[in-house]
Amino acid sequence: MIAGRPNRGALLPARLSALTDSRVGSLVFFIIRRILWMIPIVFFVILITFLLMHLAQGSPWDKAGGRQLSAAVVNNLNIKYGLNKPEYQQFELYVWNVLHFDFGLSYQYEGKTVTGLIAEGIPYTATLGVLAFIIIVPVGVGLGVLAALRQNTRVDYITMGFATAAASFPNFVIGALMVVVFSVLMAKWTQHSFFLPAADFGLDDHLIMPVITLALLPIAYTARLTRASTLDTIRQDFIRTAWAKGLTERLVVIKHVLKNSLIPVVTTLGPTFAFLVTGSLIVETVFNIPGIGRAFVTAVESRDYPMILGTTILFSIIIAIANLVVDVTYVFIDPRVRLA
Amino acid sequence: MAQTLLQVEDLHTQFFTSRGVVRAVDGVSLHIDVGETLGVVGESGCGKTITALSILRLVPDPGKIVSGRILFRGNDVVKMDDDEIRDFRGNDVAMIFQDPMTSLNPVTRIGSQIEEAMTAHKRFTPEQAKSRVIELLTRVRVPSAETRAKDYPHQFSGGMRQRAMIAMGLANEPSLLIADEPTTALDVTVQAQIIQLMKQLNRELGTAMMLITHNMALVASLCQRVVVMYAGRVVEEGPVEQIFKSPQHPYTWSLLRSVPRVDEARKDRLVSIKGLPPDLSNPPPGCKFHPRCPFVIDRCRVEEPPLGEVGPDQVARCWVLMRNVSEGDVATAKQSSISVAAAENLKAPVADIGTKSGS
Ligand SMILES: Nc1ncnc2c1ncn2[C@@H]1O[C@H](COP(=O)(O)OP(=O)(O)O)[C@@H](O)[C@H]1O
Ligand code: SF4
Ligand SMILES: [Mg+2]
Repeated sequence: MIAGRPNRGALLPARLSALTDSRVGSLVFFIIRRILWMIPIVFFVILITFLLMHLAQGSPWDKAGGRQLSAAVVNNLNIKYGLNKPEYQQFELYVWNVLHFDFGLSYQYEGKTVTGLIAEGIPYTATLGVLAFIIIVPVGVGLGVLAALRQNTRVDYITMGFATAAASFPNFVIGALMVVVFSVLMAKWTQHSFFLPAADFGLDDHLIMPVITLALLPIAYTARLTRASTLDTIRQDFIRTAWAKGLTERLVVIKHVLKNSLIPVVTTLGPTFAFLVTGSLIVETVFNIPGIGRAFVTAVESRDYPMILGTTILFSIIIAIANLVVDVTYVFIDPRVRLA
Repeated sequence: MAQTLLQVEDLHTQFFTSRGVVRAVDGVSLHIDVGETLGVVGESGCGKTITALSILRLVPDPGKIVSGRILFRGNDVVKMDDDEIRDFRGNDVAMIFQDPMTSLNPVTRIGSQIEEAMTAHKRFTPEQAKSRVIELLTRVRVPSAETRAKDYPHQFSGGMRQRAMIAMGLANEPSLLIADEPTTALDVTVQAQIIQLMKQLNRELGTAMMLITHNMALVASLCQRVVVMYAGRVVEEGPVEQIFKSPQHPYTWSLLRSVPRVDEARKDRLVSIKGLPPDLSNPPPGCKFHPRCPFVIDRCRVEEPPLGEVGPDQVARCWVLMRNVSEGDVATAKQSSISVAAAENLKAPVADIGTKSGS
């Protein structure tokens, strides 16, 4: 035995050794190129958001303070925030500021920067998203594999029945139902000794219901995809080869079925993660959570242009990074993948 | 007297599909002696693969071994429990599949796939298994085996993959290697190399081999004995020279007439036999070959012939037998059977040609 040789079971060292110097080089090159690509992507995101905002009816001052402002006040506000300038100049100015990492001042919260507001919301949204993601991967994949290995049994039917149900209810319906059952009714039945909180949000047991609400749809989706992919893999010739070698069922499933069937699942986890972080706006609104999602919704409602642009840029960067992580992961889990 | 290694007795394997029961293997009996090479021939869909998969108890759903015995050194494979069958597979009997492109795990290194065939069993220690991977790959003539062992299947050509499959099959020094059309998916030149390799390995290692093919030329060059299958049954069996010299079943005779030249192996579809093998969920009454047989008599349509002794170590399932057919009838049959080239020119479904010329 050669000393210090990586263990047979140690997946990562063995994989890394597959990355020859040139492959490592191309991987680094690939990542750098993809990061540089984000610049034009963000530029176009800004452009399109800008156009949509200005095409939409209404102005930021329509309902400020709940009543119509006088024309003079509106004019002053427009001058203060540069909205009196031609739109292309506004755009130029915004892009110039973004290049200097200045995302401007919010219109609706006077004196607060967009960066500051987003920074306030991030802990909530990130906690929600990460917790949901941590639940989704094992539960979704686990249920999918279980259903596939027990195809056409009660386990399969129950799992897929749950997945179909979870996928067909919108988020806000599930959220509202959970509030009714676990907060309102539960409090009544147990004389307020046990129930889940639904008001005055905080990063504690207040998270349980929103996280479940957020995770349910991706769990259902991941479970269904995992099941389909696993069933497809089980029918492949190389699985028959694995059985013909006399491997145990455990080895056949782990080393041959899952190693292949989870590849397409992993590739969807990036978009899933992006969905969790960017798509929590409904959940944040239902459960009144002060995260970025809710901030985005209120910003749209009140035409808070800098806030809309700031959150949109953040979302697009998160999506781009999630996709990049998936593509890099792909290289590690599928040796056939070539970096383009 | 040679020692019997594998004895299949009256094996019935059926598929329970929504369209009815498919009798894929319908009362097959055959045996293989220690170190012997047995050819199993017949057109596509005659039950060759399912017979082989039955021996390893790997029949896919909705298929089932319904009855029969598969005795390996006297132990019935059909009755083995989970642990016994697991230890039997890949250890006593190994199998090489038709398509090397799909039969290897695409995300696992070749060497590791060969190695795990050994670590699944107790014959070699983990250290021995590691070094044996290189030995085996060298033995099947994979150049620079040490580096190639670290490759993934997509880095191997078709022929190289089949070599790797053979190495995997030989890993535990099995007493029997089943090769299911091991060259069908390969290029002609590569086919010849693989055949050469298998010949050599059989000579060097003395591993018994069950070679499944629809290529008679391959049987002639590799096998000692041959079993001819038709519609899930054995229709003729005997030593290779005898079967080639004097086939007694009209189906065997037709197969031999359609022997492709080795340089044409890729196009070795047996177009020259009129018609198609029967649908095994609804086989014809009497002799299963009668709708296509040029020498059919009335009895064939109602009563199925038994396997009867027709010569030393040779049996055939036919009421007539080729030796009883007159020269004139043989000549007429040769005339009416369509040549490979003619059939391809016509570009018509072979089944249609069969009914037209048959009426
Ligand atoms: N998965 C399956 N489902 C239903 N029928 C099958 C299946 N696999 C094989 N068969 C039937 O079994 C018969 C024998 O197949 P096979 O052993 O693969 O033939 P071959 O002689 O070409 O290897 C075929 O005619 C087919 O109808
Ligand atoms: S039994 Fe009759 S139909 Fe069948 S092969 Fe013999 S001659 Fe032909
Ligand atoms: Mg076959």
